[in-house]
Amino acid sequence: MADVLVRFFSRLGAPFTDALLKLGFAGRFFVAILRHSPTSLLRFSLTMREIWFAGVLSVLIIGVSGLFIGMVLALQGYDTLVRFGASSSLGILVALSLVRELGPVVGALLFASRAGSAITAEIGLMKATEQLSAMEMMAVNPIARVVAPRFWGGVISMPLLAAMFSAMGIIGGYLVGVQLLGLDSGSFWSQMQSAVDFRLDVINGVIKSIFFGIAVSLIAVFEGYDATPTAEGVSGATTRTVVTSALVILGLDVILTAFMFRGV
Amino acid sequence: MPSAAVVELDEVRFAYGESDVLRDVSFKVARGEVVAIMGGSGSGKTTLLKLIGGQLQASAGHVRVDGEDVASLKEAALYRLRSKLGMLFQFGALFTDLSVFENVAFPLRERTALPESVIRDLVLMKLQAVGLRGAAQLMPNELSGGMARRVALARAIALDPLVMLYDEPFTGLDPISLAVTGKLIRELNDALGSASVIVTHDVAESLAIVDRVVFLADGVIVAQGTPDEVRASTHPFVKQFINGEPDGPVPFHRQATPLAAELGLERAHG
Amino acid sequence: MKRGLIDFWVGLFVAAGIVALLFLAFKVSSTSMLVASDTYTLSANFENIGGLKTRAPIKSSGVVIGRVTGIIFDPHTYMAKVSFAIDKRYQFSRDTSAAILTSGLLGEQYIGLEPGADDRMLEEGGRITITSSAVVLEQLISRFLFSKAQEGGNGAEGGGTAATEPKSNHAVEK
Repeated sequence: MADVLVRFFSRLGAPFTDALLKLGFAGRFFVAILRHSPTSLLRFSLTMREIWFAGVLSVLIIGVSGLFIGMVLALQGYDTLVRFGASSSLGILVALSLVRELGPVVGALLFASRAGSAITAEIGLMKATEQLSAMEMMAVNPIARVVAPRFWGGVISMPLLAAMFSAMGIIGGYLVGVQLLGLDSGSFWSQMQSAVDFRLDVINGVIKSIFFGIAVSLIAVFEGYDATPTAEGVSGATTRTVVTSALVILGLDVILTAFMFRGV
Repeated sequence: MPSAAVVELDEVRFAYGESDVLRDVSFKVARGEVVAIMGGSGSGKTTLLKLIGGQLQASAGHVRVDGEDVASLKEAALYRLRSKLGMLFQFGALFTDLSVFENVAFPLRERTALPESVIRDLVLMKLQAVGLRGAAQLMPNELSGGMARRVALARAIALDPLVMLYDEPFTGLDPISLAVTGKLIRELNDALGSASVIVTHDVAESLAIVDRVVFLADGVIVAQGTPDEVRASTHPFVKQFINGEPDGPVPFHRQATPLAAELGLERAHG
Repeated sequence: MKRGLIDFWVGLFVAAGIVALLFLAFKVSSTSMLVASDTYTLSANFENIGGLKTRAPIKSSGVVIGRVTGIIFDPHTYMAKVSFAIDKRYQFSRDTSAAILTSGLLGEQYIGLEPGADDRMLEEGGRITITSSAVVLEQLISRFLFSKAQEGGNGAEGGGTAATEPKSNHAVEK
């Protein structure tokens, strides 16, 4: 009987201790990245290349998704608002949803699946093909040379991508609302301007996307560095990057939103 | 050997968790020497190289490279020591996002502050030494396995290392590439005046180029000697290894419960 | 990918990101006047603030001139103490009155300032003493029904001033 209980609790506890151990490793890894960041940021061309990989190559998917989401928001929002005779508030609806929530959150989710997975796969494969070991043996620290530039490339790219997502979404909303549904262009923009606050809405959205950028980049480089150096291990790590990033983004979003928009 | 040992292992023990991978391993390699470490798969050969490179730390005993105890070094000192080491990985481990030229230039760019023109000359010289100057602008995925190995060799010798470590340099090569690689290892060692440690299980090729062979089985040194001594050896393990006999001191079967018991034909006792 | 080309694209990317942020800053949103150096703070006590929230606009003649910065319940006077920041460019006389108004029938609530005739101006930390509380819809309806009922019983005293009479309180100026 006692034996069964012991086994039951061990099985129950194992995932928690594993998760906690991994969290501990990730924390130490984060510290190591920060410690090696000055050297890699001084050689900015390394980070430049990663901004190109994580940022520039994600522009298309971010821009197009933003545009479509803005259009859908306008179509759906118009349908609801017109029942209350408030269709001129469409601009507010589109802009506030994008700037506060959808831009940072959906932008980060897309970023995790487009750039985060690529970063994990790249670092994981470098590990599997002993490139990281080779670097270490050439007296070059792979955290400084490989991991830190990718981390910072992601952190720098994310807020810019989120802003592009929001801007494209608002343009999409404008195209549908004003050009397609025939709302007045002047009231669309002026209502939006009077309801969206720069500091409270736009800046808070940017702060969110900075947090998401740090979280996604850290998860991506950590999963890559921690991957089992086999084909299977790398593919598993890539999947984990996308899944963990999505959960962390949404969880962080709840916490950050609760802090930012409390009582307003 | 008259000259001082640059690699020295002194009663080294290494354990992954409970089980010992290496036990009481002691040997020395002097300048100008090429030493082969031979043993079956899983005998702890690669672990030995990682101990010398400081990527792993011995559980007991001392690993000294150029007189310095590897385990006692702080990160910065370890990195300084590593710039005296060159290592050739099993499949080359070339950086796939850099061209052949940039791969060879990598240690020079990272570890020295040489001007671009000097780096260019050095890289071309190293590539010339391995006969691949013509491949400088290719990407690693455009190279054959043998060529990739030679580029990796050029990269490993870029900083003129004191000690060269080779991890299975002959695996997966056709007979010509194999002979070329063997010849290169010997020539480079003599030209640089370095000490080389080759981990391998390729008997014929390594006996042709090395000065000394150390046999490793189950984490202990079972025999060592010059190629001639090895060929004449009557040691059962050495004989089995050199002649490639399937059964001998190294059993064909991995230790397991008796087959009959495992298949349930016989009630396992206890 | 050549080094120079990467630099070019990254430069373009960063520029596009900054343009997007500027678009959000200037075309999509407006900056609230909450920068401490450009505003001065006033306060006013109200009997009932209705649905007024922090950050609600302060308007005079319909123009936004400031924001509500804080709402607390004052346990000594049993009234709501509302503090708000006003743009330094706009000065108000000491006998200015403040009323909590609603834009439209169901719109957001804001504070309307009606300037007086005094020569002395309100300064940082000053208090507006003539205030009129929010109109609470339920009270309005109940008063309306009450007066209708009275009208039915007693025709002479119809109308009733209760609904629109401002709840003024002339406290001592600080």
